[in-house]
Amino acid sequence: MPGEKAGELPEGGMILEAGSSRKYNTGDWRSKRPVCDESKCTNCLVCWIYCPDNSIIVKEGKRVGFKLTHCKGCGICANQCPAKCIKMVEEGV
Amino acid sequence: MEKVAMNGDQVIALAWKQIDPDVVAAYPITPQTIIVEAFSEFVADGLVNTEYVCAESEHSAMSMCIGASAAGARTATATASAGLAFMWEMLYIASGMRLPIVMAVANRALSGPINIHCDHSDAMGARDSGWIQIFGENVQEAYDNSIMAFRIAEHMDIRLPTMTCLDGFIVTHSLERFEPLPDETVKKFVGDFKYKRSLLDLKNPTTFGPFDWTDYYFEHKYQQVDAMRHVIPVINQVQDDFAKVSGRRYNIIEPYRLEDAEYAVVAMGSTAGTLKDIVDELRAEGKKVGSIKLRLFRPFPAQELAKTLEGLKGVAILDRAVSIGASGPLFPEVRSALYDAKDKPKLKNYIYGLGGRDIKPEELKHVYKQLIYNEGEIVNFLGARV
Repeated sequence: MPGEKAGELPEGGMILEAGSSRKYNTGDWRSKRPVCDESKCTNCLVCWIYCPDNSIIVKEGKRVGFKLTHCKGCGICANQCPAKCIKMVEEGV
Repeated sequence: MEKVAMNGDQVIALAWKQIDPDVVAAYPITPQTIIVEAFSEFVADGLVNTEYVCAESEHSAMSMCIGASAAGARTATATASAGLAFMWEMLYIASGMRLPIVMAVANRALSGPINIHCDHSDAMGARDSGWIQIFGENVQEAYDNSIMAFRIAEHMDIRLPTMTCLDGFIVTHSLERFEPLPDETVKKFVGDFKYKRSLLDLKNPTTFGPFDWTDYYFEHKYQQVDAMRHVIPVINQVQDDFAKVSGRRYNIIEPYRLEDAEYAVVAMGSTAGTLKDIVDELRAEGKKVGSIKLRLFRPFPAQELAKTLEGLKGVAILDRAVSIGASGPLFPEVRSALYDAKDKPKLKNYIYGLGGRDIKPEELKHVYKQLIYNEGEIVNFLGARV
């Protein structure tokens, strides 16, 4: 692969651009996926506050979904949800 | 310049004063203490612009050096023995992040049993950490190596941290006549610090030391291996340049009266100096002997050393450290270097001077005698009551 050999990479693992984590789909690691019961959600956005991967999608002040490209399935949102409306569901089942 | 009497630690502080590094973070430990003590006085007296941090431990000291160096600062520190051991984790991070930190190591034994005196166990333990390791013989070399180290570490083809080793107490605490260079000469010799990327450069944001997984770690390790390959030519160049400004000529391997010698002894550090006197005495008796001072241990100059030793009848390798369960750490490297040589000398290993045990002239003569008469074991313990 061009640009991937030792002599072509920035030395010491330096990353020479900002925001490159967008290109790295940490969602690939996930074994469990968050699923929201929309009827119970109060839109308190506690999930958004706690999500370590910025994977709660919010539009116009409302939670509208999960960014599954980067959600690692850690389950913090489900654990913190005061309304208990988020459940972690096995991937691939 | 006029010669003055100073000890090995003081001259390193003097070299730093002349170089005026941006950051020094250190923690005092015998026999390195005088370096940071003397340097902290220069800081307090306003004689340098260095940001000096008295860290709470060596682990923190090296961590601060790593942060400072990544920020684009010329960075120096010093340690010894347990202090170097306590830096272990961070040593690999400094080299892995390709940060040209310069560190003086006042070689001292590792406990236990508790001991503060000279041997090379501390530096030998760090041999695989990706640092360049230079060993000096005396006070003059401690000073000269401290100046040259910045040029070597910071060379754009290298960018590797560099350790300058000096024998604890024997060199660190002994007053010797030495010749300093004028401030301006030192400043001009080391030049301005240049960084490749800086943490503080907001226009070119850079992540240093990110998580490096199975898909890239190996390549980054290979980069370090490759950088080490550039070190010997760069050191040779730096030594050439240093000879021009100082009149003092250094080489990575320094043979002494080896031209027609049949037997020789290899050593690093202060013992290489004692050996020269022994060689003179034995030469006066008509014995065809010489000695070799090895100034560079990492990268290991295997080809150069093999060329130097090839054709001799017998060579003893002195190790001021022991890899318990094997031999001295230098011995197998020299042996391996000679494996492909056509005319191999017989090789013997002498482990000596552990925990600061004095190495006596009679003992070194005994080594030459054993070489000449092919006596002794492959691995010997010189001066130990065994």
